[in-house]
Amino acid sequence: MPALLEIDNLVIEAAGGGASPAPVINGVSLQLDAGEVLALIGESGSGKTTLALSTLGYAKPGLEFRAGEVRLNGDDILAMPADEKRRLRGQRVSYLAQSAAAAFNPALRIGAQVTEASVLHGQLSQTEADRRATDLYRALGLPDPDHLGRRYPHQVSGGQLQRLMAAMALCGKPDLLVLDEPTTALDVTTQIEVLKAFKDVIRQEGAAALYVTHDLSIVAQIADRIVVLYAGEVEEYGTVDDILNRPQHRYTRQLIGAVRPPPDSTLRPESLEETRQDVPALEVKDLTAGYGRKHASGHTVKVLRDVHVAVGQGRSLGVIGESGCGKSTLARVISGLLPAMQGDVLLKGQPLKPSLRQRERRQLQKIQFVFQMADNALNPHQRVDQLLGRPLEFYFGLSGEEKRQRITELLHMVELPAEFSERYPEELSGGQKQRVNLARALAASPEILLCDEVISALDTIIGASIIQLLKRLREQTDVSFVFISHDLSAIASFADDIAVLYAGLVVEQGPANRVLAPPYHPYTRLLIASVPELSQGWLERTLEMRETQASIDRAVEITDRGCPFYRRCPLAIAGTCNQEAPPLRNLGHGHSITCHRSEAEL
Amino acid sequence: MSTPVNNPTGESGQTGAISEEQPRRSLKFSGAGKTGIVVILFWITMVFIGPWVAPFHEAEFLDEALFIEPGLDDPYPATDFLPPGDVAYLGTDYLGRDTLSRLLYGARTTIGVSLLSTLLAYLIGITLGIAAAAGGRVLDSSLSRLNDAVLSMPTIMLGMVVISAYGSTLPVLIALTSLIYASSVFRIARAFGLDIMVSDFVDAARVRGEGLGWIIRREVLPGMILPMASDFGLRFVYIILFLSGLSFLGLGVQPPQSDWGSMVRENLAGLPYGAIAPLIPALAIASLTVAINLVVDDISAHHGGKLAEKII
Amino acid sequence: MLIRAVLHRIATGLVTLVVVSVLIFLGTSVLPGDVASIILGQMATPESLAALRSTLGLDQPAYVRYFLWLGDLLSGDLGVSKAGAGAGTGGTSISEMIAPRLINTVQLAGAVALIAVPLSLGLGLAAATYPGTRLDRSITLSTLGLVSVPEFLVATALVLVIAVYLGWLPATAYVSGTETGMALLKTLALPTLTLVIVASSQIIRMTRASVLNVMSSPYIEMAVLKGLPRRRIVLHHALPNAVGPIVNVIALNLAYLISGVVIVETIFAYPGLAKLMVDAVQTRDLPLVQACAMIFCSAYILLVFIADLASILSNPRLRYPQ
Repeated sequence: MPALLEIDNLVIEAAGGGASPAPVINGVSLQLDAGEVLALIGESGSGKTTLALSTLGYAKPGLEFRAGEVRLNGDDILAMPADEKRRLRGQRVSYLAQSAAAAFNPALRIGAQVTEASVLHGQLSQTEADRRATDLYRALGLPDPDHLGRRYPHQVSGGQLQRLMAAMALCGKPDLLVLDEPTTALDVTTQIEVLKAFKDVIRQEGAAALYVTHDLSIVAQIADRIVVLYAGEVEEYGTVDDILNRPQHRYTRQLIGAVRPPPDSTLRPESLEETRQDVPALEVKDLTAGYGRKHASGHTVKVLRDVHVAVGQGRSLGVIGESGCGKSTLARVISGLLPAMQGDVLLKGQPLKPSLRQRERRQLQKIQFVFQMADNALNPHQRVDQLLGRPLEFYFGLSGEEKRQRITELLHMVELPAEFSERYPEELSGGQKQRVNLARALAASPEILLCDEVISALDTIIGASIIQLLKRLREQTDVSFVFISHDLSAIASFADDIAVLYAGLVVEQGPANRVLAPPYHPYTRLLIASVPELSQGWLERTLEMRETQASIDRAVEITDRGCPFYRRCPLAIAGTCNQEAPPLRNLGHGHSITCHRSEAEL
Repeated sequence: MSTPVNNPTGESGQTGAISEEQPRRSLKFSGAGKTGIVVILFWITMVFIGPWVAPFHEAEFLDEALFIEPGLDDPYPATDFLPPGDVAYLGTDYLGRDTLSRLLYGARTTIGVSLLSTLLAYLIGITLGIAAAAGGRVLDSSLSRLNDAVLSMPTIMLGMVVISAYGSTLPVLIALTSLIYASSVFRIARAFGLDIMVSDFVDAARVRGEGLGWIIRREVLPGMILPMASDFGLRFVYIILFLSGLSFLGLGVQPPQSDWGSMVRENLAGLPYGAIAPLIPALAIASLTVAINLVVDDISAHHGGKLAEKII
Repeated sequence: MLIRAVLHRIATGLVTLVVVSVLIFLGTSVLPGDVASIILGQMATPESLAALRSTLGLDQPAYVRYFLWLGDLLSGDLGVSKAGAGAGTGGTSISEMIAPRLINTVQLAGAVALIAVPLSLGLGLAAATYPGTRLDRSITLSTLGLVSVPEFLVATALVLVIAVYLGWLPATAYVSGTETGMALLKTLALPTLTLVIVASSQIIRMTRASVLNVMSSPYIEMAVLKGLPRRRIVLHHALPNAVGPIVNVIALNLAYLISGVVIVETIFAYPGLAKLMVDAVQTRDLPLVQACAMIFCSAYILLVFIADLASILSNPRLRYPQ
């Protein structure tokens, strides 16, 4: 009996032919049996999405099939006429896109989109399809399954929409499900529940699945076998156990090596608190900030509430939280881009003026900002030497040979060759742009470096190399870092101190080894539990925890009264936590938790 | 970590491939775009040398003697609305003047006045547009409101109202046209400016402590030049059409000065008799405007078509 | 949310109308030499000027005159024209002059809208459904040509071919008001055809562009991967999302017809409102110019308002808030 899906020597190239560069997919072969989940793993540009789409007989505009076969139950998909391909899609093979928010048509009701394909293909009547959709909503753990179909996409949350897309894909009972990075765009806490829903429904429906992702820890939870794709070729192919525990190829090993270890307090040496100076390099005191009019009451949204954090000389402070918790706002307030409503930013004990314009050039020079998206942070019309040269001119009046020499030094510091000074940003790769972005901040010879999600847009391996670079800079220089990220394992591997931010409130902070060890704030525990681990069975284990149970289907909400985490907290005390602001509990060694519960309870 | 240059799987290893695959894109013109460039260059040349290459003076009534045909015994042949022939290559107009010569003379007025108006519209529009984008909320909203009011009147209405009051002298025409079209330039310049002002690289410059002037000169303007260049082409086309329309209505350039729009108007009487005199100057306008549009199309395709969305 | 958006839109429409009336009033009234001296011309004596000024209310300050003018306008009194005015008399009533002309122009514009809108929607959607085909290429190329040529080229070329060489239709469109049936149709045919061509090309291009713009969204790719046929994707998935921009384009182009109408009425000697206004501008009949401009601008603002309303109503985010 043939396998459900067989791909034979598939070659996909840029359309047009001629003197074409390397093919996007270069002679890939693989097999998938019924009921099996095969993970397709690779970094951006490895061709994994292109390969996945070929199982629907579809090539993105600009690409074309050049050679090879894709067979589903023995039928060659690529040889099918257009009409037959159309009948195949949505009926025998269906596709789940990375961003459900973009893949749902905003102008049509959800139910109509979920059932459309199976009704149009003549598989089900509209009534049958509606009933099947409702069953799927229930199976996927969606709220109010009977009326969900009447709603529009903008009326449900991102995590729910992602699960609704699974319903859309499964409605026609396909033989093969293609999932393209379906949880990448979600927050870690949401990712768990969506992943679990996918896993259960795939098992329940008995469909085979092709799961495309860049994240090995996800693969470990859901897949039976793994294909590692590199530059359009299969690098390694085997069971999950084989690949994770006995990787053969260099690239696979590198990939596994780049997976950051789960945050664990024992990995970090006890930091020497005695060495702390009296005056921190940077201190933020009782800071409240937000958007909207400053004095008109009621119209303001307070994104940060009474935040108090400090960074010691030469140390690094990690700021962690989900999206919408105020992390970037904190960086913008420190830099002066967003003047604070209340509170102070102190540089070596000296209070800074809230707004950029009032600060002195010397003060500005000492705090440098490294923006999240290097693509957007580097002006595409300036060459690298202009980008790096400007701060040198501006702060230190350098010019000519002196300036050129310093630019070369800076490029060397971020491990780029000196010739790069002639290039424009669009001639650099993502990681190189981020290095230039970093070099520009270093050009000012700062005392504080604000790094806002500097690795979140990068591939795992490249992100890991940027962290390596930052670690080296921290060792070689006396710069203090504020490292903002939503990725707890990245923070754990870099930061000396950690501040956990939830809905604008610092719920826990202290030395990394203290924050990452009990007692935990319930939110910290949730974050730690949500970081995917590179081991099979982690998903089930973590879902049994009360923290993950309690937070399912709840988003970050900014509240004015009580504890903002109240609605997601397994330890919430009704009547207290939703009414009174939680007290700050000092646990010694610079470790503090903001919670109504006592140290023993936590 | 090994040095990046020798690291085949790190991002640095891709540098060679990337710089080969994505050289800085240079603008390439299609066949239609190249034809457009030739036509535009031709008319620009005529602005300078038109009167010297024209066979007759623009105001010269052609002598009947020129048209006496040897075989026919007609000593006084008609000289008006003649079809193209050996003497008048493009025929004659309602007064018996050479259409080709008038066309070559008229290029100077039509193109010159339009170009001057477009330049002025750009000067005003871009200055105010950037001021609105960079100058804070109060300035932005008051400028935008005023602009919306101007844009909420059909251009030809605004033109007619002002001309009825001030008459149609050249300074009035140029001031009127540039003010009307400055409002569209303002809208686009503001949109581009706002886009750039919220980008991280502008924030980066602000955090560095750069002044507003430097940011506008070095960070904002360079990003606006190419997109605005193709908008300049479109705006130029609209202005040519607008001014020709006014001339055609008798509200634009006044005699004895001639331009293409008024040439259409003055020869309209010949139309029911099949004279092509009104058609020729109309075609001349079309040749220029279509040519500009073809070039603009190429430039905006170079921007992946995103430009067109913004300009419309 | 929806009601608030609609109310907000109505309010801005009204404000715009007021601002435009101020602009029109300023453009024509704050000038050296007033209507009285224009009306009386050479034979003006200081006494007769003063007399006419006080009958016309010109001795009042500008803002008082503006409110008087606006009040008259709102009560349907458009003032008096210079035409037929002599010393001491007020001249012809503008309302009476405008009424028959307005009917003619509405007739012409209505005929154009009835033909141009369905025609250009059909062609625009056809081009967007099959992009890159010969059909699409010929539509795109010819409309690109047509939008960049002056209206009077289209008109003169049509007259030369259809009226002069083929002799099918009259070259001018003078209507006396007595024509009926076939005769009226023939008279209107060429002006209508000219305006249809001018207005459609822009609508076709923009319809195609808006639909294609939507067609590049991820949810359209999703629809393709669900195995839907192309026609269903365009009509059922892309069109609902393009309604807002398309209605906007139609409204703007119908409004843009105003300048086309001015030209076409002049070429074909069609006795419409626009021709009246052009003549008024040439004779510097300011009250008449003001009145005509106010009518045209109101029509324009109304069209844009309707378009905005349509795009507000077609947005499910506003119809069904979270």
